[in-house]
Amino acid sequence: MNRKYVTAFVAVFVLFLVAWAGVSIGLQWLFGVVIPYLAVLLFAVGFVRRVMGWSRSAVPFAIPTTGGQAKSLPWIAYSRLDNPSSKWEVVGRMAFEILTFRSLFRNTRTKMQAGSLFYQLEIFLWVGALAFHYAFLTVLLRHTRFFTEPVLWPIQILENIDSFFRVEILYPGIQFGLPAVYLSGLVLLAAVVYLALRRVLIPSVRYISIASDWFPLLLIFGIAFSGVLMRYVTKVDINAAKQLTMGLVTFRPTVPDGIGAVFYIHLFLVCVLLAYFPHSKLMHLAGVFLSPTRNLRADTRAYRHINPWNHPVHLHTYQEYEDEFREKMVEAGLPVDKPLDASAEANADKE
Amino acid sequence: MAEKQPTPKEMLDRIDYQPPHVDWMETPLDIRKGMYCYAANPKSVATLGLPNARPWNPLDADWKLPENWQQIIHEGFKERLERFRSVKVFMDICVRCGACADKCHYFIGTGDPKNMPVLRAELLRSVYRNDFTRLGKLLGKANGARPLTLDVLKEWWYYLFQCSECRRCSLFCPYGIDTAEITIFGRELLNLVGLNIDWIATPVSNCYMNGNHLGIQPHAFKDMLDFFVDDIEEKTGVKVAPKYMKKGADILFITPSGDVFADPGTYTAMGYMMLFHYLEEKYGLDVTWSTYASEGGNFGFFTSHETMKRLNAKMYAEAKRLGVKWILGGECGHMWRVINQYMDTMNGPADFLDVPVNPITGTRFESARSTKMVHITEFTADLIRNGKLDLDPARNDHLKVTYHDSCNPSRGMGLFEEPRYVINNVCKHFYEMPANTIREQTFCCGSGAGLNAGENMELRLSGGLPRANAVKHVHEKYGVNMLACVCAIDRAALPTLMDYWVPEVQVTGVHELVANALNLPGQAERTTNLRGEDLEELKAQAEGETDEG
Ligand code: SF4
Ligand code: SF4
Repeated sequence: MNRKYVTAFVAVFVLFLVAWAGVSIGLQWLFGVVIPYLAVLLFAVGFVRRVMGWSRSAVPFAIPTTGGQAKSLPWIAYSRLDNPSSKWEVVGRMAFEILTFRSLFRNTRTKMQAGSLFYQLEIFLWVGALAFHYAFLTVLLRHTRFFTEPVLWPIQILENIDSFFRVEILYPGIQFGLPAVYLSGLVLLAAVVYLALRRVLIPSVRYISIASDWFPLLLIFGIAFSGVLMRYVTKVDINAAKQLTMGLVTFRPTVPDGIGAVFYIHLFLVCVLLAYFPHSKLMHLAGVFLSPTRNLRADTRAYRHINPWNHPVHLHTYQEYEDEFREKMVEAGLPVDKPLDASAEANADKE
Repeated sequence: MAEKQPTPKEMLDRIDYQPPHVDWMETPLDIRKGMYCYAANPKSVATLGLPNARPWNPLDADWKLPENWQQIIHEGFKERLERFRSVKVFMDICVRCGACADKCHYFIGTGDPKNMPVLRAELLRSVYRNDFTRLGKLLGKANGARPLTLDVLKEWWYYLFQCSECRRCSLFCPYGIDTAEITIFGRELLNLVGLNIDWIATPVSNCYMNGNHLGIQPHAFKDMLDFFVDDIEEKTGVKVAPKYMKKGADILFITPSGDVFADPGTYTAMGYMMLFHYLEEKYGLDVTWSTYASEGGNFGFFTSHETMKRLNAKMYAEAKRLGVKWILGGECGHMWRVINQYMDTMNGPADFLDVPVNPITGTRFESARSTKMVHITEFTADLIRNGKLDLDPARNDHLKVTYHDSCNPSRGMGLFEEPRYVINNVCKHFYEMPANTIREQTFCCGSGAGLNAGENMELRLSGGLPRANAVKHVHEKYGVNMLACVCAIDRAALPTLMDYWVPEVQVTGVHELVANALNLPGQAERTTNLRGEDLEELKAQAEGETDEG
């Protein structure tokens, strides 16, 4: 067994138990009000501090990774997205990176067969990552219905699209009345499982993974799983839950009775994710916007990039060079700035 | 070399992409002969005024570090986190998705998991977590953190000198994490405690004092070009006359000194001389060489940002002293990354130069309007496009050419079409290698970033495997027999690589091909190429091969 995912698994399990135990002994206020406020605060402060920390660091050189032809001679077509030379082209490059994970789309898998190397298209990580992120985003946006009254219309549209897929078994007697199934939740779960599986099954990815790769995956799995559980199985009292969440955003916190433990577990895991977020690799969310190999113009020969700390350095000047080699240079017929005899006198003066 | 070289088959059989079962932090470091470069000569380190000049040996237990080396590294790390947003962001955001893992030629060629870019970076990131993050301090190893011990430092040294700063990994990373940037930063830290390699430190010291990496003194530099003058006369009947440090010339030409020194780069150097002669005779173009700025390459880039700046400064200083209009740069890889992404920022603004205009075609090189330095293939492509060169590509008919994109002009500049345009105009038979191995996805020669020494030959040959494999593919498929490139390190490294993996293929610079096709005014009948090989024989040989195939 791999110690790293065991550590992460145990951590998430302990968190689950903590929430469960807490609610069982009546700490609803703590888990429903105090911890959520604290978590949001930690998230906001941590997030801003991390981003500010990055922004404070200098960008001494413009070092975009150029992935296509540069803008050079007018008759050569250049690659606007991969070698952007204007601000808008950079915006385009970044938009494709962030919305479509374009670099990841390039992914290949290297194979060696009978002494020959092959590079196969490897699309699964890209698909899995896109599914994961868009499902996550959708779930996140859908959750705003708990924090708005009335629910915003774009969110309602989103919900309708997300739940176009209905499972309704309406035989008399077994009213297995599943509410509309939200695809995003299931896709999220499936994608998390896929991302976790590849960390187990692909040897090189297993080798590089550390506990802090496992922890967010398992935590998100826990969140999504408890969410799905609430919606389709234990049937949490939605109205009571919304009372609680509306209380939080309107700063008039209340803890209605009878919401059910699963809700508090779900909420607690979300809180842990929020608090953990700024201190983890999940900050790639913000970091990708600041990545100097992606967000800079590749026009460094046309416009000078300024380095705020351009330290002065020692140079070996031409004069020093000529002083050392003057005789040899003159002998070889190379031009010199100071003729031989003049410099001999100057040297004699110095000594 | 001390050890016996493995045969290509042994090398291939040894590659295993299965990582070991032990955790990477627990895998002990094994510094293997053939994989590392010798420690820097203390004299070179002292000449440059870099820290801790002393003889040391990587195989010894004691690396003779300064007493407080841990503190020096810690503070150097901290300082650079503020100086380089790249480093700080890259330390924080890697998700270890593994997309970069099998993109590195050193990993592909060695199977050593610590050559996966992500793990190379984790070597430093683990210490970053320990020293600079709260969770790392709190959770230690459970959070992938570890303190900087002597073994960890040795591991840094070993693997940071197994990265050629080629940036292939950064192309595939969803966040653009550039392990080359981390290597550059890490080597800068190692330099603070005197851990450099001789193949870098000595060229840097030579370049600083004598103007070029090889330490060629001014008179000797001229001697070498004079030798080329004789050679060109012998082969073409035309006596060219390169100019040196001519004040008021139109253009200062700077190219890597490697091409002055060793075959096949020398033929490329002759190619430049013939091109300039042609342009002078026909159009009166006035190009000068300099012995003070006789190095286009910049091994300072592989040392520290400061050292890079010190060496690079000569280009503008010399252009200013000579009063030229602009600078033309020869075929070199990392030289062009430095010129494109660093030079103007470090040593500019070059307001004493003009926006480069090709006086023959009238083309204004707008894309170089601030740095004022033009790449020779841009220059030549413009000349050909405007019909200014008298070319007879038939003299290259015996060649089946493919083109190796050097890492730096590819992923640090985007120079793809110009060299191809030039090659296609001077050669009839051109074949591309597979798409995953060229252009922005090109593979390193295996010897970049100062790793083209002799003692690390096994590293170079294994790192060059993906490149060689792609050449082999087009050799077998199309009968390719010539590998063209625009990089002096390639010209020094690829012949060895080809000898080992695909011995039927030779290596050339693009301007050697140009020169062989170029008709010089008043030339004698051209019966041989610049290498002195008989053209009729070559043609007959080539036809024979085609008939068989
Ligand atoms: S591709 Fe980028 S994020 Fe993924 S493991 Fe490599 S460096 Fe990390
Ligand atoms: S920069 Fe190149 S050599 Fe270095 S880790 Fe990345 S792919 Fe490997």
